[in-house]
Amino acid sequence: MSETLAVHMEHITKTFGRVYANKDVSLELRQGEILALLGENGSGKTSLVNMLSGIYFPDSGDISVHGNKVTIRSPRDAYNLGIGMIHQHFKLVEVFSAAENIVLGQPGAVAMSRRKNNLEVAQLAQRYGFEIDPAKMVYDMSVSEKQTTEIIKVLYRGADILILDEPTAVLTPHETEKLFAVMRNMKADGKSIIIITHKLGEVLAVSDRVEVLRKGEYVATVNTNETGKSQLTEMMVGRPVSLKIERPHVSPGEVMLEVVDLSCHNSDGLKVLDKVSFTVSGGEILGIAGIAGSGQKELCESIAGLYPAIGGAVLMRSELEDETIMEPVLGLRPDVISKKGISMAFVPEDRLGMGLVGAMDVTDNVMLRSYKNNKGPFVDRKTPRALAERLIEQLAIVASGAGAIVGRLSGGNVQKVLIGREIAQAPTVLIVAYPVRGLDINSSYKIYDLLNEQKKKGVAVVFIGEDLDVLLELSDRLLVLCGGKVSGIVDPRLVTKEEVGLLMVQDVTEASKGATEPPPEQLQMELPLQESTEEYFSESLNTEGNRPA
Amino acid sequence: MSLKRAEKKEPLIRMVKRDDVSPRRAWAYRGIAFVLALITGGLLILALGHNPLLVYRDMVVGAWGSPTVIRETVKLTVPLLVTALALGLAFRMKFWNIGGEGQIMVGAIAAGAFGFFTADIFPSPLLITLMLAAGMLAGGIYGFIPAYFKANWNTNETLFTLMLNYVALALIKFLMNGPWKASGSSFPKMPMLAPAARLQQVLGVHWGWILALVLVVAAWFYFNKTKHGFEVSIVGNSRDTARYAGINVKRVIMRTMFISGALCGLVGVLQFAGTDYTITEGITGYVGFTAIIVAWLAKMNPYGMVVVSVFMAMLERGSNTIHTIYKIPASASNLLIGIIFFFMLGCEFFIRYRIVFRGRTPAVPVELTGNTGIMPASAASPFELSESEEAGNA
Repeated sequence: MSETLAVHMEHITKTFGRVYANKDVSLELRQGEILALLGENGSGKTSLVNMLSGIYFPDSGDISVHGNKVTIRSPRDAYNLGIGMIHQHFKLVEVFSAAENIVLGQPGAVAMSRRKNNLEVAQLAQRYGFEIDPAKMVYDMSVSEKQTTEIIKVLYRGADILILDEPTAVLTPHETEKLFAVMRNMKADGKSIIIITHKLGEVLAVSDRVEVLRKGEYVATVNTNETGKSQLTEMMVGRPVSLKIERPHVSPGEVMLEVVDLSCHNSDGLKVLDKVSFTVSGGEILGIAGIAGSGQKELCESIAGLYPAIGGAVLMRSELEDETIMEPVLGLRPDVISKKGISMAFVPEDRLGMGLVGAMDVTDNVMLRSYKNNKGPFVDRKTPRALAERLIEQLAIVASGAGAIVGRLSGGNVQKVLIGREIAQAPTVLIVAYPVRGLDINSSYKIYDLLNEQKKKGVAVVFIGEDLDVLLELSDRLLVLCGGKVSGIVDPRLVTKEEVGLLMVQDVTEASKGATEPPPEQLQMELPLQESTEEYFSESLNTEGNRPA
Repeated sequence: MSLKRAEKKEPLIRMVKRDDVSPRRAWAYRGIAFVLALITGGLLILALGHNPLLVYRDMVVGAWGSPTVIRETVKLTVPLLVTALALGLAFRMKFWNIGGEGQIMVGAIAAGAFGFFTADIFPSPLLITLMLAAGMLAGGIYGFIPAYFKANWNTNETLFTLMLNYVALALIKFLMNGPWKASGSSFPKMPMLAPAARLQQVLGVHWGWILALVLVVAAWFYFNKTKHGFEVSIVGNSRDTARYAGINVKRVIMRTMFISGALCGLVGVLQFAGTDYTITEGITGYVGFTAIIVAWLAKMNPYGMVVVSVFMAMLERGSNTIHTIYKIPASASNLLIGIIFFFMLGCEFFIRYRIVFRGRTPAVPVELTGNTGIMPASAASPFELSESEEAGNA
């Protein structure tokens, strides 16, 4: 390895309005190493590498590549310097093949030979151990294959400095392993790689050194083999953090929610939910695990009356005039459901697209669920304002007041407004979808505490999550979805993560062998596309367990 | 890989996003933009060989110089203002109602059905009430039609409402040439409205101006204080959120567009029975389109619409005056209006971004949270900066 650094960023500062994305941050990428850039959301990881890949221009600071001082004004400049970035959201032409996407935009003759391109791509892939069919069309690809195409595209353009932005967020554990193997091959070939992540297990598995950022500032750079999870967490958060999640014991009450043979189609007419059945009792948390796009969104939205079902039933316990019955609610609008004496709270996955209105203030967002309660044509803002102020105080929401615009709050505070409002309805059934996505460690644990509090109050909680470790620690029972089917309901105290991981991919192999059903991998693609306001921080499976010895 | 190509200097000009600008400052920018527009317009007038200051003065005098011209200005303001209120309501729902023209025309036609043919039957107050009711109903239905299709089949409301304008225009032409043609006239035109069917005047202008002011206050209340207004805002922001909140989205779309169309229909009646006393192809005075600009410049605020529509009416009146005095063609005054819009809309860019020239580092922003370097938590950006709030709570 040569003495010169592949990339040296010095004293980089970047502001957006009054906010520092990066403040006096430096980064050293050595020749032929894998550097993990670790930090919580909002710590400035992506902003920093975006300045390297020409998307942003720094306010101040210097960048050197291979020892030469450079000015990177556009992605084209970055390419010319041999810097290639693989973004979280893929930039591929759907109707082109892998090889066509890879050679796209490269200089060459007017006529092109598909055979030659395919051969070139195949050779390149073989060199690093990629599995790819150069002639495969992008629309036929799984997320992992698309990512592979993106990486080869960058390599084909001659990049020797690669930046991968949260590459594992959309991958299954097995795919993650393959990616890491390829990364090691690239490293052996002399490529220098920056991997952005907030998953500690991956950092420890694949990187040589780790640079930690916190709140836009540089914290430290350490050698991976000299550090551990707790030290890294402490650096990320700024203080020691206990990573244990409580599971208070509550004796389960009556059945509050019963789902029977629920089936749904997606917009293409494919089955996304196939005869899903389960019950949830008061005082328990039912965790729902599955690879992204296994039907979680449709499941919670159809229970909440927001997604059309093609069959089955959803029953909820209704207490109206001393009478307690299981009321069928499937196909009813949310307001109709609440008129039946059922108090169901739902924290949707898309917070600002479904749960809240970003352009409105906290008061109006709190009012969203209750504005119909008073009589007359006018809205009553007094009660919601009082509630908004109470939520801000109780949940330590950082906002200038009840009049703060929700869309301008940070992700954790947005989520607290949403969960706080839903819990304030005193629900009997609480459905939360990916409540900690994009939140930092502190906010996440605050959310877990809130869910446990509801459980102790006798609420039936359905928790749809992506981090298997959290699901196993928090839930009382764990339902595993696979391709829209329930592949198992297990006791999280008794199963291992590997066993649950197997349930999650149970019939993936069968499906891809030509069964009529869509392989779950294909459905997976939908999720990242739906993410509009936030980055996609899925943790479909923590890969720690699959780390090679 | 050519290193040389990348070793250029930093870009000559680049945009940097501003932090939230205080409303005062934003208005100051708008004020500057307005002045710049007047200067640019002045250069245009200068090029035509006139003294810009005199021309501007005469424009103001032409609009406000005497009771007579004030009345004329108010008469121009009323339809513009009420139409802007109507369109603003739809725009708040992000329903692009470009069909104000058509809704005004059908309102006038429906009023004409009573005004022309029942003037002898009903007493004046009842007749005018009937005309108002018919006009609003017709306009409402005309607005409801595209909303119904939008709500049920998600049709494109922009095209739909726009095309309905031509339908209404064709209807007027048909009536003018045939069934409603004034007897004894060789031209295709409709008869004049009987005096009993005309609107009373208050301070020299038909009482529509009072109604318009009442509607401004009512619209403000509707937007801000009623459940309906709240629902309109939610549907406009996110239909998924609206469904989640238990709002019947289809009903809100149809109801809101009915109201929007009804207000436009009302404008038709006011123009017909208040100023024109007959129906021609030009009954709308193009307010259905001009009001779109009024609503946007006022940022959908009813009180803002008063200011903007008065200003627009003034420009129109003033341009008539300068046409008469200086023989400046009317098209030149339209150009002036265009210049003002250009600057007003352009300044919104400068409210959001600032320009940094090469070699000048943007001023480092004031740090809010002391020396810890922690980002202010209330400021979120669409980039990776969202989670910073917990630092203080630790």
